[in-house]
Amino acid sequence: MATLEIRDLHVTVEADNATKEILKGVDLTVKQGETHAIMGPNGSGKSTLAYSLAGHPKYTVTGGTVTLDGEDVLAMSVDERARAGLFLAMQYPVEVPGVSVSNFLRTSATAVRGEAPKLRTWVKEVKETMERLHMDPSFAERNVNEGFSGGEKKRHEILQLELLKPKIAILDETDSGLDVDALRIVSEGVNRVRETGQVGTLLITHYTRILRYIKPDHVHVFADGRVVESGGPELADKLENEGYEAYVKGGVSA
Amino acid sequence: MAEAQNSPTPVGSTTAGQIAVAAESTVATRMSAPPSFDVADFPVPHGREEEWRFTPLERLRGLHDGTAVAAGQGVKVVVEAPEGVTVETVGRDDARLGKAGTPVDRVAAQAYSAFEQASVVTVPKETQLTEPIRIAVHGEGGAAFGHQVVELGAFAEAVVVIDHTGDAVLAANIDYVLGDGAKLTVVSVQDWDDRAVHVAQHNALVGRDASFKSVVVTFGGDLVRLHPRVTYAGPGGEAELYGLYFTDAGQHQEHRLFVDHSAPHCKSNVAYKGALQGEDAHAVWIGDVLIEARAEGTDTYEMNRNLVLTDGARVDSVPNLEIETGEIVGAGHASATGRFDDEQLFYLMARGIPENEARRLVVRGFFAELVQQIGVQDIEERLLTKIEQELEASVA
Repeated sequence: MATLEIRDLHVTVEADNATKEILKGVDLTVKQGETHAIMGPNGSGKSTLAYSLAGHPKYTVTGGTVTLDGEDVLAMSVDERARAGLFLAMQYPVEVPGVSVSNFLRTSATAVRGEAPKLRTWVKEVKETMERLHMDPSFAERNVNEGFSGGEKKRHEILQLELLKPKIAILDETDSGLDVDALRIVSEGVNRVRETGQVGTLLITHYTRILRYIKPDHVHVFADGRVVESGGPELADKLENEGYEAYVKGGVSA
Repeated sequence: MAEAQNSPTPVGSTTAGQIAVAAESTVATRMSAPPSFDVADFPVPHGREEEWRFTPLERLRGLHDGTAVAAGQGVKVVVEAPEGVTVETVGRDDARLGKAGTPVDRVAAQAYSAFEQASVVTVPKETQLTEPIRIAVHGEGGAAFGHQVVELGAFAEAVVVIDHTGDAVLAANIDYVLGDGAKLTVVSVQDWDDRAVHVAQHNALVGRDASFKSVVVTFGGDLVRLHPRVTYAGPGGEAELYGLYFTDAGQHQEHRLFVDHSAPHCKSNVAYKGALQGEDAHAVWIGDVLIEARAEGTDTYEMNRNLVLTDGARVDSVPNLEIETGEIVGAGHASATGRFDDEQLFYLMARGIPENEARRLVVRGFFAELVQQIGVQDIEERLLTKIEQELEASVA
């Protein structure tokens, strides 16, 4: 069973000619089949955690370990991490002009699966997945994220999640900027992947709204660069009622 | 009109543009001498002239100052033409030479003053070719001066592929003369060896209701400087000028376009795209469009895009539009030079795509719309293979 283990992770970022520590000792274990919600106020380092796990060059790991089934994730390049089974659904997916969605998806699936998917079954697979995400077939001919609305970008991220079938999926504020309909469609996509039992999900969010659609097994409160409290789904209810104030005003994390 | 850049211009690159409404053309006046067939009418450039300021004169191997002398066989020219086409080798005094345009700088005038034989390819009126005419220009290592004419009679249709390979120091003029209603597509490939120097002026004279399409593909050479120029002989003409270049470390590739809207109701569309990589890769793009007072109903657009893949490369991109009449359909230009975006690279790699393949995807995507314009399959394939090779070399 695939397991992502994060131990005492410290990460810095260069900003304004200064080095700033964003992650200050993150500990977290995510197993295949589990769903963990990471909730926290703005600026707590949630997205930094997501991008650090994916290997974004902007972030420097200064301490700690990250392993996937015992393999050292931090020693892998960005593409190696993806091929090892890590997937990051991005909060702000970037435009790639001149590269069509269909070409991108196939290149990506070929890389992750280690061989080119058979054309006939692949076309069907993409078509059906797009239909379930309420994406028009013409989408495949558009350039990656170019001119996509916020909702289209997120659906495109979940389309990739469904096609690439990672071991560990990190969803970075996938709910932000979505209206209720789009949130439901996107959540259904995530749930289809979860129901296979083959993926461990790390759901990073600022709001509790998405947790009505995607039920987490574990909820972690993230503040000032580390996990400050962990619990079951009831912790989300507490946050819903009380907000993050107890954590940012120097309650637990102080 | 002048369009916002989609990403910051890399350090050392420039992109400027202007649209002038002028009574007197600055396109003409900022040249250091009026056009002429005689090299003696042009002073030897010193490098600060407007038309020479981007060009490293010391790398022209004497083409600009009279010291380059044709010796032995500089280039070998082989013309392969389908049936119905006339191919002739003629002397300097042939009346069909120089009809499409006059040399606008000293090197073009030098070429016109120094060539000994010219090649004239004629497609008779109403002849429609199904196979391209192929002109292979192979450098044999020496200096050479050339003149080529391609003339299409009224309503003739042809595709011409001019393929430059090998090593040479070549100055040349090419005339494309399109009769009324004729359709000509020319693909000029500069696939020279690393040391080659190639300076050429391409003059197209577009007849009434005729269509001219030029695709310029520049990869090789130490220094390549081309002047694709279009003039209209009558109303209703159309010109599409496409260009692709891949400028590597140390290469200087310069494309200086001029479309002279000299007749009413003509169209022109210019789209050039270049990718650059490596130390001292230098691409220059000048896009001059002049809409003369008599050219009512003109519709023109010109665009240049550059993708800088590594540090150390430099782009100078200067679109320039001059309008002498307001009675036009449309006129605009755009120029942008952007870095290969690290966020794009991260996004693609985060989907398991290895770095070199991610770069290839982006660069192929960047060129895709122009590659489709070539319309000659073996050239399209060769071009894509070339792009792959160039990228492999940079990744290795």
